[in-house]
Amino acid sequence: MRSVIDILDLSTEELESLMATALDIVARPDDYADACRRKKLATLFFEPSTRTRMSFEAAMYELGGHVISMSSAASSSAAKGESVADTAKVVSCYADIIAIRHPKEGAALVAAENADVPVINAGDGGHCHPTQTLADLLTIRREKGSFEGLTVGLCGDLKFGRTVHSLINALSRYRDVRFVLISPEELKVPSYVKRDVLKKQGIPYQQTTSLEDAIPELDILYMTRVQRERFFNEEDYLRLKDSYILTPDKLRRAKADMSILHPLPRVNEISVAIDADPRACYFKQVLNGKYMRMALILMLLKEAGTI
Amino acid sequence: MNIDSIQNGVVIDHITAGNGMRLYQLLGLDSLDVSVAIIKNVVSRKMGKKDIIKIDADIPVDFQVIGYVDPGATLNIIRDGQLVSKQAVEMPDRLVGVIRCYNPRCITSTEQELKQIFKLTDREKRVYRCIYCETAAK
Repeated sequence: MRSVIDILDLSTEELESLMATALDIVARPDDYADACRRKKLATLFFEPSTRTRMSFEAAMYELGGHVISMSSAASSSAAKGESVADTAKVVSCYADIIAIRHPKEGAALVAAENADVPVINAGDGGHCHPTQTLADLLTIRREKGSFEGLTVGLCGDLKFGRTVHSLINALSRYRDVRFVLISPEELKVPSYVKRDVLKKQGIPYQQTTSLEDAIPELDILYMTRVQRERFFNEEDYLRLKDSYILTPDKLRRAKADMSILHPLPRVNEISVAIDADPRACYFKQVLNGKYMRMALILMLLKEAGTI
Repeated sequence: MNIDSIQNGVVIDHITAGNGMRLYQLLGLDSLDVSVAIIKNVVSRKMGKKDIIKIDADIPVDFQVIGYVDPGATLNIIRDGQLVSKQAVEMPDRLVGVIRCYNPRCITSTEQELKQIFKLTDREKRVYRCIYCETAAK
């Protein structure tokens, strides 16, 4: 049974096909309004994430399907000690497709190995979050028309930020993409990502601690939040959380057509004053996420022979 | 130093000097009720120094463990005092139930019944990663 746990589970052709479907949904939503009629998506969210969960739910409803879910992890069978494997087997009996979010890394793979229906990873701890990357890709595609030749700045928590690693993996497949990695020393991109992805494929990148210095050359600025839940130590979190804040003043040096992305939720790393700037794309990204989740649900249900 | 030759059993030869004890532990040889000899720092023409493990019983030996600890080792099977097979051991693509993931955020840290599975991700550098969280084995 085909599942999507990591962005690497999707080939470049599949990414292109998903983006094409998403754009077709945008253009002709009525054609998809009954595509998943009488089919059910189960959302298994073992940690809070209102936005991703609502995005999946909205996606399934717009495809004419239904959604079943548990009200919270605290009230679920997991709280009674049920394993992820057992939960996946049980929920397979009720649903045609599962979207799972879990605080432990690898939980989505365990679910996929045990479910009889396709599983979509909606985030497994700090590990993978492929549908966020799909949202990022569609946003860049819609804003820039192409990925080729772009200079992409990634800013903030590049160590624990799973969206950053996935985006690097996905964009590395396209020609002439260049990365500028902007972070404090403590939150730099892990060496294995640089070694296994960037250096291995000869992709140019530079590392800097200064957002001001890097911003003039960027086509894309991908901001991230320094997440409290990724730290074991509160002191480290408090010291680093305000490292990089995008303000109108810093934005003055950016290109007129630079696109600002952020996986949201933001805390304070993008000043609210920037929301009105035409370069701010993070709310469009949310909408694009829903379209890509619709495209992914369609792809997996078709492959499973369910629709 | 004299170690009796064995009649029926297994000899793991060409172990990189210093790896013998680790192999002994990972193969679970300490729990066997048979004669086992670990010979350390034996002079070797090819390797300079090497370790050897002799097991005086015809038991199945986990190839993946030997391949993980020491892909240069050889496995010799002895029957009736004669060498009946000699195999070079290669690095396995997957390791099942040999080592544990130490990442406290990994699902295997809370769901203990899950098998510990690692895959070889870099043959040259001998890097194995947990299939669940992708943390490299130490």
